Amino acid sequence: MAGAGLKPSPGIDSGENEGMNSHNVQRELLGISAVWWREFKVFWREKSRIISSVVQPLMWLFLFGSGIGASLSVGSVNYRDYIYPGILTMSVIFGSVFFGLYIIWDRKLDVLKAVLVAPVTRISIFFGKVLGGCTDVLLQVAILFAFSFLFPSINPWGIPLAFLLLLVTSIALVSLGLALGSLLESLEGFQVISAFLIFPLFFLSGALFPIDEKLPSWLGGLVKINPLSYTVDGVRGALLGINTHPIYIDLGIITLFAAVMLILGSILFSRMK
Amino acid sequence: MAIIEIRSLTKTFGKIRAVRGIDLTIEKGEIFGLLGPNGAGKTTTIGMLCTIIRPTSGNGIIAGFDIAKHPTQVRQNVGIVFQDPTLDTILTGRENLQLHARLYGIPARDRSRWIEEMLELVDLTERADDLTKTYSGGMRRRLELARGLLHRPAVLFLDEPTLGLDPQTRARTWEYIRKMAQKERTTVVLTTHYMEEAQLMCDRIGIIDTGRIIALDTPGNMIDMLGGDIVAINSPSPPLNKILSLPYVSAIKTVGDTIEITMKSAHLHLAEILSLIDNVVSVEIRKPTLNDVFIKLTGRDIRQEDADNGGGWVETIARYRQRGK
Repeated sequence: MAGAGLKPSPGIDSGENEGMNSHNVQRELLGISAVWWREFKVFWREKSRIISSVVQPLMWLFLFGSGIGASLSVGSVNYRDYIYPGILTMSVIFGSVFFGLYIIWDRKLDVLKAVLVAPVTRISIFFGKVLGGCTDVLLQVAILFAFSFLFPSINPWGIPLAFLLLLVTSIALVSLGLALGSLLESLEGFQVISAFLIFPLFFLSGALFPIDEKLPSWLGGLVKINPLSYTVDGVRGALLGINTHPIYIDLGIITLFAAVMLILGSILFSRMK
Repeated sequence: MAIIEIRSLTKTFGKIRAVRGIDLTIEKGEIFGLLGPNGAGKTTTIGMLCTIIRPTSGNGIIAGFDIAKHPTQVRQNVGIVFQDPTLDTILTGRENLQLHARLYGIPARDRSRWIEEMLELVDLTERADDLTKTYSGGMRRRLELARGLLHRPAVLFLDEPTLGLDPQTRARTWEYIRKMAQKERTTVVLTTHYMEEAQLMCDRIGIIDTGRIIALDTPGNMIDMLGGDIVAINSPSPPLNKILSLPYVSAIKTVGDTIEITMKSAHLHLAEILSLIDNVVSVEIRKPTLNDVFIKLTGRDIRQEDADNGGGWVETIARYRQRGK
């Protein structure tokens, strides 16, 4: 492997060309947990970030949801309760993608450099980051679940299933964020991604409106190809009993989405300069 | 016992031949200095040895492992302190070391003991639980040194360990490096372009210029190679031939009204020389430095390269990019 290193700047080898034995597996697991531990420490330290990430969805629910809900309900469900699953999904979308994109900043500050020269493969570092991001996001989701008693239509027994759906979605979106973060050199791309990816993913997921035959067909079509529509549908099914597809179909589609994103993310992250 | 063996190591970036075939053997326990101007290939060489950069050709063995075939084992056996700071500033000093300990697979039962030991070695025990963003430049460097040595590597690579520090902090940092090298007889390979510091610190030095090692010896031997001390005498009419015929004089160079005599043991022979010259205006005796060695070998001053950055734009641009944030 006298590599044909014709790249213009130094690439970083991950050193994966050794046979995997139990010692190596143990080392990689420790590496994954190290990165995970770091992300959790950082998350826990920035309390203001946790608070704002919970307050924002609560404002959507109570200020936006209650306002519209005063004159609107969907079927027999109050609008505010109706968008609760959508707002949970929104928290997961924003939290996960931004977490992943944050590595642009890590790279700028050289924080990742010392981690990337450790005797741990890039894939493990990637998985540690994914776990770290999911933990952050799901803690926020758990806090939002704690407020679910304020929404009379929510069925608390559906929470574990909703949690599972949101976990898989978070894995997919943290991976997506890391994949994009591996490609981008500067924070300028951040705005572009926010405007052209994150907001469309959110608006086209049916988080704020029902997906039925009343939708214009172009909008209905876009919603259908958005994988996050299936998260919203599944979570709404679990918590409110309102779903267009059987929940196992929803779960299947987002699991597939997560698998594709994990593979894409680990490839791009391994190639990152 | 050789801990590092490099054979015709080469790295090409596009059309730029950053490293052009380096051969080098470094013994266990040595403090080895790679000296050269910016862009000479020092950082690229270290990058290849740490398996961060893939060599274009040639090979290297570190602690018995091939850098191309067994990068993971090589990484386990080397510690690195980068030129630019890489601490996690949202974590405390101790947490930075804990992260590193896990990444390098240090067993849980040893972790906290090894960490305490290293914190003590670099005198950071009292500040260990403060966020590293509150540390001074010198403290950050020390913590990075501690981190580089935490997993007890066979070789510690230091890329310009004192760059950007004030002179006092620089001197202290070198003290720490020496202390750490003595612990467990760690081999230290460092790059620097502070010639005086290299002269004091290193057992052996390789001078690197445009991607090649052009001299390899102890600092003492390198300086002796110049033929002794330099005596600069300012006088209007020195008898040049008479002086040159003296057995202990090896060279004379005339710079305007001043002659520079290269000679052995200047302090013993100065009186005799001065007796040959009339109208001496001033006399200066100078011990040659590694910078004189560099000038002799390349015809250029090593620091001159800093000013005009001749040829060294790959490393220079990389550095500006990292600084300019």
